[in-house]
Amino acid sequence: MARGPLSRYLLLLAQENLEFRLPEIEALLSLCGGQFSSEQEIRINSPFWILNIPSEDMARGLMKRTVCAKSIFELWGQGKSAEELHTSLKNYPLEKMVPYLQSDSTYKICIHAFNKTLTQEEKIERIDALGFLPFDGKVNLKKPEHIFWILEDYGMDPNNIPQKPLYSYFGRWIADGQRELIESYSVKRRHFIGNTSMDACLSFIMANHGRVKANDVVFDPFVGTGGLLISSAHFGAYVCGTDIDYNTVHGLGKASRKNQKWRGPDENIRANLRQYGLEKYYLDALVSDASKPIWRKGMLFDKIITDPPYGIREATRRTGSPKEIVKAMERGTENHISTSSNYHLSDIFFDLLNFAAEYLVMGGRLVYWLPVYKPEYTEEIIPQQPCLKLISNCEQMLSSHTSRRLITMEKVKEFEVHLNFLLFLQRLAEEARANAFKNKSKTIKSEHTIAAAKVILKKSRG
Amino acid sequence: MKLLTHNMLTSHVRGVRPGGGFPLRIQATEVKVSNVDFNQEFVARMIPKVEWGALVEAAESLGHLSDLPPQLPPEYENNEDFLKKVHHVLLEVEVMEGVLKCPDSGREFPITKGIPNMLLSEEET
Repeated sequence: MARGPLSRYLLLLAQENLEFRLPEIEALLSLCGGQFSSEQEIRINSPFWILNIPSEDMARGLMKRTVCAKSIFELWGQGKSAEELHTSLKNYPLEKMVPYLQSDSTYKICIHAFNKTLTQEEKIERIDALGFLPFDGKVNLKKPEHIFWILEDYGMDPNNIPQKPLYSYFGRWIADGQRELIESYSVKRRHFIGNTSMDACLSFIMANHGRVKANDVVFDPFVGTGGLLISSAHFGAYVCGTDIDYNTVHGLGKASRKNQKWRGPDENIRANLRQYGLEKYYLDALVSDASKPIWRKGMLFDKIITDPPYGIREATRRTGSPKEIVKAMERGTENHISTSSNYHLSDIFFDLLNFAAEYLVMGGRLVYWLPVYKPEYTEEIIPQQPCLKLISNCEQMLSSHTSRRLITMEKVKEFEVHLNFLLFLQRLAEEARANAFKNKSKTIKSEHTIAAAKVILKKSRG
Repeated sequence: MKLLTHNMLTSHVRGVRPGGGFPLRIQATEVKVSNVDFNQEFVARMIPKVEWGALVEAAESLGHLSDLPPQLPPEYENNEDFLKKVHHVLLEVEVMEGVLKCPDSGREFPITKGIPNMLLSEEET
């Protein structure tokens, strides 16, 4: 048998950012040299997943990175009732248990119930029921060598908690995830923040979806106050970014904090990294327009992790406040010609994908947020690029009719100029059609095409 | 601005000949040398991506050549001494004030407090 029982692990996940969890775990397992695999179908919204992982080392590697999962356990038994759990435990090979139950070892047993609070009596009762397991070691509650867990799942509905658990699990604790990073990197205590600084958990999720690893070069073309760089640097990547806003990159102007009027002298991206002991990973921050080709040709970046400034799609823009539009105009996009709801590929995303296709290393990843006007969302509005393959697409609600989607893409093909030319033609056709539509013309006339070509050429790089 | 970044930057002024915007010439009025932890693996990884000639030229123009040879030596991956020098030039030497000058058009990009400003006006792009 290729897969022994030792390869089964129980992953305990945090019940937030549910959609982001599977892509995170998949990305991290592949980063550790494995792949996502489970005997049974994963109940995607459940806090308990059973995974097949080839080695304990890989399980530990996963937990060194994940912010979605709390802990991982070597699964010794499971069942829909206490009897099933006990039978399953009795079938678990003794030789796999014995190394952790030696008489010269110390241990403790803990209990976690999801969606229920157990009384002390109930807990003791559960532990006593496991008396048939050959625990020879000594109990040590403070510093045990081995920790065993009974985990009980009482379902997802807090208004309808069953008397008995729907599932029970027993396993040996292997490692905890990186949930504490959410607190230690909290935006609340960060030195330099902006109005739209990314929540710490999501910025670590972005780095994980992007498979950022030590010695990578990670680039953020809309760097702002550099929040996204921090999570990448935490994982040992060297980081750089650009922003069109001179004051932001220099840390000048009005503060984003409530009780502070102006930014202090040392509020900048570099100082942010320094605050977390990560300054050695700082490469540079530059003032630049993300749509302009300031980088020489060559596969320069391993990952591009970014939060573009706002949604340009017409429908999305409609939901934006007038202030946002004014801000966008200041950012130099006043020439933008978004005319018809058929015109899905906005400039910013078109440029971003092409940039990634050209400047990412092969196998490198682009991770970015796409704002979405929900009533009009279909998968087709996700921008495409022939060199980039869509890896994941996770939604975060912003309001009843707006959301943003975290898009992860991987470079799978060399960037070639003729591909870019085809893209240009495709875009020309779309915009010519949009022009015709605007002029209430039933056919696309040459003047529509020429007008579109002029605008595109003016805005395209080089 | 670190010299690693400089090695990746090009001028994008309208009308620059293809490849003519690289490397930007550095005219520095203030150069700072700071300590950055040496990471052998990272430096060895970056060397194949670096335009070696441009790096040597830039280091020399700042007076921080640090004994870098004009040609990339063979089998540098395990040459710790050499990698330390490259590390120094790539990551520790920083231009704080000055300009980057486009070798083709002469357009100058200012560097203020270590941060280059690559913005061009509408007419220049």
